[in-house]
Amino acid sequence: MFELSAEHEQFRQVVRDFARAQIAPHAAEWDRKHEFPVAVVRAMGDLGLFGLTAPEEYGGAGGDLTSLCVAIEEIGRVDQSLGITLEAAVGLGIMPILTYGTAAQKDRWLPDLVAGRALAAFGLTEPGAGSDAGATATRAVLDGDQWVVDGAKQFITNSGTELTSCVTITARTGERSGGTAEISAIIVPSGTPGFIVEPAYDKLGWHASDTHPLTFDGARVPADHLLGERGQGFAQFLATLDDGRIAIAALAVGCIQAMLDASVPYAHERTSFGVPIGAKQAVAFQIADLHVMAQAARLLTYRAAALRDAGAPAAEVKQAAASAKLYATESAVTATRIATQVHGGYGFMEEYPVARFYRDAKILEIGEGTSEIQRLVLARGLGLPVQA
Amino acid sequence: MKIVTLVKHVPDATADRTFTADNTTDRAGVDGLLSELDEYAVEEALKVGDAGTDVEIIALTMGPGGAEAAVKKALQMGADSAVHVVDDSLHGSDALATAQVLAAAVTKIGDVDLVLTGMASTDGGMSVVPAMIAEYLGLAHVGFVGELTVSDTAVTARRDDDAASETIEAALPAVVSVTDQINEPRYPSFKGIMAAKKKPVETWTLADLGVDSGAVGLDAALCVVREVTKRPERSAGSVVTDEGDGGTKLAEFLAAQKLI
Repeated sequence: MFELSAEHEQFRQVVRDFARAQIAPHAAEWDRKHEFPVAVVRAMGDLGLFGLTAPEEYGGAGGDLTSLCVAIEEIGRVDQSLGITLEAAVGLGIMPILTYGTAAQKDRWLPDLVAGRALAAFGLTEPGAGSDAGATATRAVLDGDQWVVDGAKQFITNSGTELTSCVTITARTGERSGGTAEISAIIVPSGTPGFIVEPAYDKLGWHASDTHPLTFDGARVPADHLLGERGQGFAQFLATLDDGRIAIAALAVGCIQAMLDASVPYAHERTSFGVPIGAKQAVAFQIADLHVMAQAARLLTYRAAALRDAGAPAAEVKQAAASAKLYATESAVTATRIATQVHGGYGFMEEYPVARFYRDAKILEIGEGTSEIQRLVLARGLGLPVQA
Repeated sequence: MKIVTLVKHVPDATADRTFTADNTTDRAGVDGLLSELDEYAVEEALKVGDAGTDVEIIALTMGPGGAEAAVKKALQMGADSAVHVVDDSLHGSDALATAQVLAAAVTKIGDVDLVLTGMASTDGGMSVVPAMIAEYLGLAHVGFVGELTVSDTAVTARRDDDAASETIEAALPAVVSVTDQINEPRYPSFKGIMAAKKKPVETWTLADLGVDSGAVGLDAALCVVREVTKRPERSAGSVVTDEGDGGTKLAEFLAAQKLI
């Protein structure tokens, strides 16, 4: 039997109470207005959510990936935008600096990030480089004691909020002997001249999360802003991928659970042909499927997190993370389609939350490794000679 | 400064409430939690510490086995230790007996500067226990406090009622009950939840407190509940369809109910 600890379950209840009281009543409005809710992000910081996995010396809780997944699931259960805000802030903002930063870099950036007073973003994806991150075209050239950065990044979460303090980007810093790109990670502080945060995207979903294209036009940062080893930017990034996939799976679990939360009462309330629609097998059986999806996705996700927390071999974590991400996110898309169908015409109206989740779900199959990439990882893990 | 916060374990108000055969609240068959109104007392104690005073906060509860959940929540919020008074002969105790037992526990804790409580429990809702405890202990009592300042020697408290706001000062030690307007209780953090695992929880019986078991419990209660009747199910409302005379129909309905 696989269960979370009593402390994780108590923490789940706390986050659930917080999400119901502070987020749920406003989620539809933030979505409609495309508003990044700074005050509630700060409140999430006060609750310690951004510091769950950070060590106590930086103000964190010294917790595990499981605790972060619990938080992301419960926040995502009422608001996927805030779920991804938390996931990206920790997985993409804090973790690279925590894992690869020098003592000085950690001291400078982490205390505010961990407390939720600031947000950091991670700039990997480019107009010409998505899943194929090795095709990075952004360049950084060392000029004396400064990096000069030129290029463009896209789809960068948390990069343009009033809380954003820096963006860690990957950039080509030279060529290896074999002609392949040498890719390094560099921290670019917000407000650096030549670092331009372009207007926010008009997205299908995740309306209350902050996503921008970024332009670098001769942006200069001190040489000591290199994060980790020169030339290791891509390898460093790959090493943090699995955690992010497990966390996105947790966000998908929240989405599926939300569809169950919405559909069960609706199937009691809504009557058709004189009976509650839940009395019709066509509806009731679909909701039974939602229940199974929530259970299965949750088990895969928390098992992957538990493996990571227990320090299981990297190959095992990689397979578990890819399985969880693939199954949970594809189930989330299916679950929103089912729940919308259960709600009938009302499911197409923004008056009910299922419409918002329907729009929010699709990106889960794309961000932090598409479903295709997860299948690639899994197939290779099975020893198949499959090509990218 | 030593602060005792009284915390009560109550049935979850969002769930069905049931009663046992002797008309006491069923505490075994339902989910319980820390009475929300007591969270304000815990928060206010923590705020005294946040303001720079060196405080030791002890969460005190009386109740059956499951009541430990209430002190656990207080510990997760940041209280330092807890005391749980549990004894089979306490079953069915009325407010006076409850106050007597809690006063004895405060005395046993010793050197307490301030007792903070919620203004009522969310189940019984009598609001009398804080004043009774103060009376047993011979301390000043200030009830229904909406704003509190604590110095080394005294508390300054504001009480709001419909007609006026009173500012009251009382010398320490004192018993203060607080309203739900006084603060916004914090949520326990994951760090707090993990830390609470290691915090001490003492379990005391009536014998430990030197309280006669014949003086408490259902048989000794001065007031007992004779009968419990469930609130009738809410009936469906009537719908007035507006066919040009909606206003008249509404007025007729209100008149029939003798509301106008």
